[in-house]
Amino acid sequence: MGLEHYLSIFTKAVFIENMVLAYFLGLCSFLAISKKIDAAAGIGMAVVVVLTITAPINWFIYEFLLGKGALQWINPDNPKFAEIDLSFLKLIVFISVIAAAVQLTEMFLERFSQSLYNSLGIFLPLIAVNCSILGGSMFMVEREYFLLETMVYGFGSGVGFLLAILALASVRYRLRYSNIPPRLRGVGMAMILTGLLSMAFMAFSGIDL
Amino acid sequence: MELFDSESKKIVSDPLNVNNPISLQVLGICSALAVTIRLDQAIIMTFAVIFVLCSSNVVISLLRDYIPNRVRIVIMLSVIASLVSFVDEVLQAYMYNMSKQLSVFVGLIVTNCIIMGRAEAFAIKHGPSKAFLDGLGNGLGYGMIIIVVSFFRELFGSGTLTLPDGGAGYVLFQMPDWLYAAGYENIGLLVLSPGAFFILGFVIWMQREMVGLEEEE
Repeated sequence: MGLEHYLSIFTKAVFIENMVLAYFLGLCSFLAISKKIDAAAGIGMAVVVVLTITAPINWFIYEFLLGKGALQWINPDNPKFAEIDLSFLKLIVFISVIAAAVQLTEMFLERFSQSLYNSLGIFLPLIAVNCSILGGSMFMVEREYFLLETMVYGFGSGVGFLLAILALASVRYRLRYSNIPPRLRGVGMAMILTGLLSMAFMAFSGIDL
Repeated sequence: MELFDSESKKIVSDPLNVNNPISLQVLGICSALAVTIRLDQAIIMTFAVIFVLCSSNVVISLLRDYIPNRVRIVIMLSVIASLVSFVDEVLQAYMYNMSKQLSVFVGLIVTNCIIMGRAEAFAIKHGPSKAFLDGLGNGLGYGMIIIVVSFFRELFGSGTLTLPDGGAGYVLFQMPDWLYAAGYENIGLLVLSPGAFFILGFVIWMQREMVGLEEEE
């Protein structure tokens, strides 16, 4: 499969099947951290990094440990291994992998890139329970992507999240002095803005891939 | 202690109005929107969340004296993930259609902030019976909102109301044909994701008007 195939997966993940605007994943941090643009950029970058790392790791784990017949590599001649299906463990394993990967990324950044650590540091722990990360791994299983596709998909979903949160943060920043009904301020207004953004992104679904 | 003294009642009823997990604490919105295309999905999701929330609260509250503070997040996550896997397996076994429709969103209850939030804010500090009531209250508060949202989305988006049964769902109500003949049309936008955002935005607004909460920008 050529470059085009991967490009289409990437475009789909960023625009058409945007994690936040089409699948509602990662909304908690999306709404909570979109009041300021620099904070929004911080969490967006952190999501890109963590999704790009965890999706391929979880792919390896699913492919060689958890999926149906995945344990075949231990002993190709023994048909019993082909019967083993551990996929019911995937939630527990995926979430632990994500928590561990987040911890590792944090330690790695602290050691090697102090400036990046200072800007991303406080957001990393939040990301462990961001649904878009776990969602990325679950969609990868459901859609039966293989390794390279998974990597492109993980990266693309992260970029989609970054794009969406930057857009919302900028709009909210401009709305500071607008006269919104008092009880609608904050989350209520943010939901309606997200709806408008999501409507705008729907226009991309016309793209023929 | 009587089960329903005034304090326990408050634990159950507060999350329904003045402290609603979705509209006032803004937790657990992710899964709240994805499953609101049809009423039956929302109802099943509500039961799943209530079950996970009550049992995780009770388990964590029972373990609260044994959990070391530093690793509590990991322990909570593994308790929650086991319970969610259990729900996922039960749904696949007994309601296969429903589990296909809900797809990854049952699994994503793991990262639903309400469950983690209640474990962290309530269960770790209180006894099991109170923790159970808190789980029940917050689960009902969550269910109330998603059922309202899905009611509007399904009724005006697809023109039906569906209740869950073993198979494809029992159609409770269907917009009559004469209405369509008179020129009425379903609002297609509500079925798509923007509709969910709009309706939830308005539901949050309404609830905050009723409770009287204003947010500082």
